Amino acid sequence: MKKQLFSFIIAGLFITPVEAETVFISLEKDNAIAVVDPIEGTLSKTVEVGRRPRGIALSPDNKVIYVAVSDDNVIKMLDAESLQELGTLPSGDDPETFALNPKGDRIYISNEDDSMVTAVDIAKKKTIKNIKVGVEPEGIAVSPDNRWVVSASETTNMLHWIDTKTHEITENTLVDTRPRALTFTGDSKFVWATSEMAGSLMILDTATKQIVKRVGFEIPGVAKDKIQPVGVVVDKANKHGYVALGTANRIAVVNARTHEVEKYLLVGQRVWNLAFSPDQKRLYTANGVSNDMSIIDLENLTVTKSVGVGNYPWGVAVKP
Amino acid sequence: MLSLNVFAKGKQVVKIAYLTQLQKPRPPTSNIDPIVENKGFPGAELGVEDNNTTGEYTKQFFSLDKFIVPADGDVMEIYTKKIATKYAFVVTNLGPQLTNAIADLEQAQNQLILDVQTVDDALRNKECRANVLHLLPSRAMRADALAQYLMKKRWTKWFLVVGTAPEDKLFSDALKRAAKRFGMKIIQEKAWEHTFDARKSAQSDVAVFTQIEDDYDVLVVADEQGQFGEYLEYRTWFPRPVAGTQGLIATSWHRAHEQWGASQIQNRFKERAGRWMEEQDYSAYLAIRAIGESATRTKSNELKPIKDHLLGNEFALQGYKGTPLSFRSWDHQLRQPILLTAPRSLVSVAPIEGFLHPKTELDTLGYDQPETDCQWNKGQ
Repeated sequence: MKKQLFSFIIAGLFITPVEAETVFISLEKDNAIAVVDPIEGTLSKTVEVGRRPRGIALSPDNKVIYVAVSDDNVIKMLDAESLQELGTLPSGDDPETFALNPKGDRIYISNEDDSMVTAVDIAKKKTIKNIKVGVEPEGIAVSPDNRWVVSASETTNMLHWIDTKTHEITENTLVDTRPRALTFTGDSKFVWATSEMAGSLMILDTATKQIVKRVGFEIPGVAKDKIQPVGVVVDKANKHGYVALGTANRIAVVNARTHEVEKYLLVGQRVWNLAFSPDQKRLYTANGVSNDMSIIDLENLTVTKSVGVGNYPWGVAVKP
Repeated sequence: MLSLNVFAKGKQVVKIAYLTQLQKPRPPTSNIDPIVENKGFPGAELGVEDNNTTGEYTKQFFSLDKFIVPADGDVMEIYTKKIATKYAFVVTNLGPQLTNAIADLEQAQNQLILDVQTVDDALRNKECRANVLHLLPSRAMRADALAQYLMKKRWTKWFLVVGTAPEDKLFSDALKRAAKRFGMKIIQEKAWEHTFDARKSAQSDVAVFTQIEDDYDVLVVADEQGQFGEYLEYRTWFPRPVAGTQGLIATSWHRAHEQWGASQIQNRFKERAGRWMEEQDYSAYLAIRAIGESATRTKSNELKPIKDHLLGNEFALQGYKGTPLSFRSWDHQLRQPILLTAPRSLVSVAPIEGFLHPKTELDTLGYDQPETDCQWNKGQ
């Protein structure tokens, strides 16, 4: 009886389904993606995907990994379990980043070299429309309510608001120099966008398309021009946003209600893009120069581990 | 004019002139690289195109008018007749004397001159002009960039070889200043006299020339025209690397540079111009983009607000070098990282890590505020 109870407990421990996630990191200079077990904190394997992979994301059902393979001018689809290639999507020249709509049947791609956003029907693998935007489009996001696609052009210093129904730009917002990344809050009411050269985070009201708040960053001992905001994410509860500060090698923790910077967390060199764990208790960062990924415990706001992943880690995607 | 009217309709027009003079061709030292005759202008054109993309959304239009003076033509006359009263912004791709001669004219006092060619430290010090901005890094900035890197490598003993051109003397002065600043030791200095045909006998001559008594870590060469510097590498008496104007060079732009989005502008430029981007193309691009950035932010096409913004604390120019670029208030020099490159690869980027500065590490390169001899008494 006693023995039985004991094995029952053991079994119970093993079944507990928490923390079985996998992190995928695109490696720009290795032509590969790194597969990381973030709980163990180890690199499981590296899989070749094609030349200069950058943007990476999972389908809403977590079954397909999409990777922008920039120098091959395609978006590749991989089976998220086997990592076998499922096919490619047309993308236009030099796809860098992209965003999926909430249903996961459309993908919007930034084509940096020819100043276009390409809208693609995933099931048909066909381009729906090429939308002319400013010079060197980079960050792109679809609102959770599927109303807007917002594209940031780095050289034109604009956010372009594309209507998802018509695929026309309906409005443009002039923003700070070299906008890089952007994200919507979960309720679609605000956009958080980063400016790499002005060193700012801008918060825009979706209704008016205007900047309602600018957040600056100051770190003792770090020169102002080293603070270069890039990747940005906001949690589902809309309590905190996290901004990667590039060459300042830190993540800024920003209160999503007061927009105060609450803390800076030291991570790897030239921190780039970010992703939450499925339970949003951890944050994973791609550190472009130190070639590793940092794991941040968001409950205690501490960096718990860094894992070497390969050359020029760029994007991060997490599968539960 | 028709096209200008079409594009400019209903928009605020920012008029920019681009002034340059053709140079008499010099005999090339090598036939490997094609001679580029239009350095600068394709960069300016790309800059205007980028400005106008923003302008489409902000209802501004940037026009660029090109004035190319023949080698035997009169630059001052063209300036006075065609540019003096018609433009607030003049991009000049001219030598140091002509640049200042124009800056000193009465009409130029109501203009902003963006110098995309000179590298002279004099124009950033005693001979500075308040109506001129300098886009290319000065010789001192380049020499400091090299010195920082050589210091990091601990190649502290230099053998300095200087050509006979006046520019070579200026660069050698900058190298000596950098050596002193960063604690380098110039073991010996020798002038290359061109007393023989280096093309035929470089093998033996360089070996003899470089056979000096004391050993050194690196041969540092000042040969801006490329008259002999290419022949030094692999021919020195001691097996030592070459840096300066040949070998490892300090430059604001290079075809091997692809970080920080640089590969995007390299591609865009090559597609448009059919060749690689040269330093003067880059500086002309930045000059036009600087005007564009300030015109956009100030919503103006007038000199004063745009100039105030250009020289203000808020100004941040994206230059594909991983850090915002801005102008030094004390000499109007564009602050910028400097690329240290071999012919086919980027070796490092200065400021080198570890060279610290209370304000910005970029100011470890060239004349910092306490060191400047510039006083704004001319060209207000």
